[in-house]
Amino acid sequence: METLQTYVRKHWFWIVATVGGAIPLVQLAWGLWQGNWIDPVAETTARTGSAAILMLILSLACTPANTLFGFKQALPARKPLGLYAFLYVCLHLLNFIGIDYGFSVRAFFDDALLQKRYMIVGFAAFLILLPLALTSTKGAMKRLGRNWKRLHQLVYVAAILAVLHFLWLVKIDITQPTIYGVILAFLLILRLPAVRQWISNLRPKPVRQTVERPQVARKRPVKAPAVE
Amino acid sequence: MIKISPSEITPEHMFLSRRKLMAAAGTLAMGTALAACGGGGASSAEPAPEGVAAPSTVITDLPEALAHAEAYASQTTDELGGALNRYEQITNYNNFYEFSMEKEAVAPLSKDFTLLPWNIEITGMVNKPQTISYEDILKNFLQEERIYRLRCVEGWSMVIPWVGFPVGDLLKLVEPTAEAKFVQFTTIVRPEEMPGQQGRSFIEYPYIEGLRLDEAMNPLAIFATGMYGKPLVPANGAPFRLIVPWKYGFKSGKSIVKIELTDTMPVSTWMKAASNEYGFYGNVNPAVSHPRWSQSTERRIGENGRRDTLPFNGYADEVAYLYEGMDLQENF
Repeated sequence: METLQTYVRKHWFWIVATVGGAIPLVQLAWGLWQGNWIDPVAETTARTGSAAILMLILSLACTPANTLFGFKQALPARKPLGLYAFLYVCLHLLNFIGIDYGFSVRAFFDDALLQKRYMIVGFAAFLILLPLALTSTKGAMKRLGRNWKRLHQLVYVAAILAVLHFLWLVKIDITQPTIYGVILAFLLILRLPAVRQWISNLRPKPVRQTVERPQVARKRPVKAPAVE
Repeated sequence: MIKISPSEITPEHMFLSRRKLMAAAGTLAMGTALAACGGGGASSAEPAPEGVAAPSTVITDLPEALAHAEAYASQTTDELGGALNRYEQITNYNNFYEFSMEKEAVAPLSKDFTLLPWNIEITGMVNKPQTISYEDILKNFLQEERIYRLRCVEGWSMVIPWVGFPVGDLLKLVEPTAEAKFVQFTTIVRPEEMPGQQGRSFIEYPYIEGLRLDEAMNPLAIFATGMYGKPLVPANGAPFRLIVPWKYGFKSGKSIVKIELTDTMPVSTWMKAASNEYGFYGNVNPAVSHPRWSQSTERRIGENGRRDTLPFNGYADEVAYLYEGMDLQENF
């Protein structure tokens, strides 16, 4: 049996992601409860949208964190971060259709979705994320086999569309979407096979590991009884 | 108390007679402004001290329409039945990039903005160029309430009880020459008190806006000096700003220090920043779409759901004649 301590030590990053992903939601709920925003509808739109893009970017940073720094703990955090991204997208859309447009679906289509380029790419990002969220379970992963990975690579497209959505909707100050765009581009470039190869060549593994090995070996007998 | 509903336009010939009346009453009435104020309204329980206590100015002789201690409006709705927005909403939700690009950050950043002395230079193609102080504006022009809808190009709107006087009244005073075709309005540049004017910014300063002379002479176009019966607060463009209710909000320049009459169409700040999105006219028009915001519907601040945006923001009867024969898709 694992003690709580070892469980936390092994999974702390997953725990941080699972708890931390709710922070924007708590802030939003608190703000709405306080009732100090003059336009809570616009505030909710902005906050859920930013949180969705942030979660997408964080989830996309996990794989490079492992390939670059060997930070394996980051890998299981992709799932909660990705699901949080989808949650914020859903709240974003629900607020827009439900509160901003008062559930007038026709007005939403005529006035927004079919008219504005930023709406089209934003809605497309939602449509892409929907099947990804639905197939985020272990069962779906097994059923889909190799196709699961292919399907979930669509998240790159969703992230690009989301940043484009943001870029096209800001009035004049494009600082924020540009920052997101640069980070996203960097995270995607790190995934190119040539770049990954180049990075792994940079990491000097074998030599150092042989030097460090005696230390590890000394620790092992101490550790072993604790596990038993 | 003079109450003028927005649909109740003062005919042109009335202006002169009113100005004559003002000139005659002039110093006499305004010298004892507060006495007149107490007598005119039903509010005899609001005597002199309230004028002294007016926020953010040291003007003591406030005209009646600006001398209320508490937020005051003669009506609770506009002429279409839309409820007035609350004073707190109007004073805390502002697009005033000279202070901040965050609407709710403008009020705290602008609260200590120096309002006095304030002079407005009127120049260009006029027979009587002059510089008028804010105090003289209050003394020489009858301040009256105008309840107007404000439609922002960003797709939100408010109903606001402004206090002010027709732009035309001031222009008649300086006598535009026959060549004058346009009026250009310049907002103050004061980077030491306006953080948005420090360093890099996304729009050019000073903020420039403009109207055709006949638009400016339309009785609906006013210079506002107050709101809800009190002097304007800096976040709303104190002490002296333009209000053109049938145009998107960006057309109504705030904290104006210069008015220039010209024969060439002014290039406004937003035209310079994005000419494909913002034209010279900026008339509220649900038929001309914008790449970002809905122009066919709008959300009233404080409400959920949307209402249809009206041509010329609901003032078509009063202003549509100005644009007869013009292609408004092209002249947006």
